[in-house]
Amino acid sequence: MRPLLLRSGRVVDPSQGLDEISDLLIREGKVAGIGRGLGVPDDAEVVDASGWVVSPGLIDLHVHLREPGQEDVETIASGARAAAAGGFTAVCAMPNTDPVTDNQAAVGFIVKQAQAAGAARVYPIGAISLGQRGVQLAEFGELVSAGAVAVSDDGRPVASSHLMRMALSYAQTFGIPVADHCEDPTLSGGVMHEGLVSTRLGLRGIPSAAEEIMVARDLLLAELTRGHIHLCHMSTKGSVDLIRRAKDKGIKVTAEVTPHHLILTDEACLGYNTHAKMNPPLRTAADVEALREALKDGTVDVIATDHAPHHYDAKEREFDDAPFGVIGLETALALGITQLVRPGILTLAELIDRMSCAPAKVFNLPGGTLRPGTVADVTVFDPEARWKVDPERFYSKSRNTPFAGWEVFGKVVMTIVGGRVVFRSGAD
Amino acid sequence: MSERSLGKDLLGLESLTAEQITLILDTAEPFKEVSERPIKKVPTLRGKTIVNLFFEASTRTRISFEFAEKRLSADTVNVAALGSSVQKGETLVDTARNLEAMRIDMVVIRHPSSGAAQFLAERIRSNVVNAGDGTHEHPTQALLDLLTLRDKFGRIAGLKVCICGDVLHSRVARSNIWGLLKLGAEVAVCGPPSLMPLGIEELGVTVFRRIEDAIQWADVLNVLRLQLERMHAGFIPSLREYYRVFGVTVERLERAPKDLVILHPGPMNRGVEIDSRVADGPHSVILHQVTNGVAVRMAVLYLLAGGRPELAEAAKGKGEVAE
Repeated sequence: MRPLLLRSGRVVDPSQGLDEISDLLIREGKVAGIGRGLGVPDDAEVVDASGWVVSPGLIDLHVHLREPGQEDVETIASGARAAAAGGFTAVCAMPNTDPVTDNQAAVGFIVKQAQAAGAARVYPIGAISLGQRGVQLAEFGELVSAGAVAVSDDGRPVASSHLMRMALSYAQTFGIPVADHCEDPTLSGGVMHEGLVSTRLGLRGIPSAAEEIMVARDLLLAELTRGHIHLCHMSTKGSVDLIRRAKDKGIKVTAEVTPHHLILTDEACLGYNTHAKMNPPLRTAADVEALREALKDGTVDVIATDHAPHHYDAKEREFDDAPFGVIGLETALALGITQLVRPGILTLAELIDRMSCAPAKVFNLPGGTLRPGTVADVTVFDPEARWKVDPERFYSKSRNTPFAGWEVFGKVVMTIVGGRVVFRSGAD
Repeated sequence: MSERSLGKDLLGLESLTAEQITLILDTAEPFKEVSERPIKKVPTLRGKTIVNLFFEASTRTRISFEFAEKRLSADTVNVAALGSSVQKGETLVDTARNLEAMRIDMVVIRHPSSGAAQFLAERIRSNVVNAGDGTHEHPTQALLDLLTLRDKFGRIAGLKVCICGDVLHSRVARSNIWGLLKLGAEVAVCGPPSLMPLGIEELGVTVFRRIEDAIQWADVLNVLRLQLERMHAGFIPSLREYYRVFGVTVERLERAPKDLVILHPGPMNRGVEIDSRVADGPHSVILHQVTNGVAVRMAVLYLLAGGRPELAEAAKGKGEVAE
């Protein structure tokens, strides 16, 4: 592998408090140096990065890659390529595949497929319970030894408080977080946020309390067990209020929020738009406001996409019958720049922290920093480049995004994984 | 959209203006008389083909539409979900494309999912009439309710109308709320809070917790059907208690300061939401509603087919038509 010198880019690395015009040298898969006028090794490829941002590689803690089971809507390879095109150097794949990632062999399969794809890194998340049936714990030790970085029954909320307690306790043996999709199954059954808009549309609602009850339960169990609870895709003001109090008490909790919950409200469902159907559902403007505030002050640690591919036929249905979920890997960075950084809600450094440094810390992953000697997972993007979201151009096999046609800023130029360029714009 | 037309489809009353709603009611007036003739047929929609696509059981609405279509001389086909390709797993979008390919002029759709009528309307060129979609809207029911009230009171503006019962699951309630508010009525709802949708007050309606209070306030009660399934799903403890607490009974109406008019969209559960003596009594205009249903649906079909409202009187012709 030739050394790579990114010359005169704006190097933004919140892990070192760095935001300056600098060169970045990558050699033998590692960050070899940051500074002005770095010497150029003879055989190095030199890229003029002036006008571009050079940041630690983005990490997405929450994606659904559908393989095994639904390879027609996404595969590990297509998902890893979509991730790279979106500037992600690593993604964490949820276990709700068919079959479920609840054993060593299934975890190993994901690792092997990801290696073959050679795009973004793919870290498997193992199931909490066998078959995600919510009854018996999966063998966390074996999952971890095969490569799992966390456990979750995402997509199938853990109904039993006893099981969640056991998971939070037992997971500490291996130092992994337990990630929960918070939803009280007896209060769900709706198809969108319960409120004025659901009343107007005559659609069954999912109240905010369905999420908040489980957030409160999980926080209490984390306190009881001293385990690490990671709360997936938070969507309500009440949830972030609970998390803020728990963090003040020293409870070991981390939380994520999706780009769509930071940008859209339940009004996106008007006209029965199935691309606005997701679970948790889009909530109200007050919730969006609270989520943005929580992301800013660190109550919510990370942005994760909850990338959930579906076949176009599946969304081309009555709202009641369409599946939940939208894809997000190829729009997350640009939406963050356009909707959060440009209006002054987050600084660029804060956005990079929430999409790179913080996720690395939360799941204890390599990367999330450009410190010399660390693995060279790097994202290079042009923050001013303007483009229009066109799902037909996505690397993902699916097209289900509510952001089609949006004008956004921020285009990924290069995605570098372990010193190797896995995506280069215009190179396809 | 012009005030003198409805556009391509009738999907609900939320999206209509007061002028458009009044246009339909005015257009229905001349069509009332057609049903009183010995030969109940006018040539207005001769040569038009209409499909009645019913994905959900319906007697009254389906028959009412069918009479409206036949009395306008349209050619009609009825498709019920049972026994059709729908039961074999065909999606709504495929059903729509197949209908389109058969070059039909209009589709009347009843469907258990909210938004299904709009979904269909966005995908075919034919006119679409919503005959009830999930718990969203049932516009022709609200229109016939409005026509009945206008017959009775000579106006809608200023009337105090309370919609009673299971508002949460009611498309009739939603269409009535929009229609009544747009025409200037005061609207209230009354029923168990467990059957009230969140944010209902924000639509501009008053909420009564007790039926006695609603009766003191109202000129009109529109009594909704309470479905048996609601009890099994835990929304209310029992039908018996529902009748005792929320039933519209003669005893309760006797304590009203004035004579109330009672509407019910049918089918009634006698002894659950309504006392038989009320349903069959002098306050009830329930059968008048059914009669008006045909006229309102004739008006809607006529207007969507491009009929000019000022010609509705002439369109119904002087007498019978030779086939």
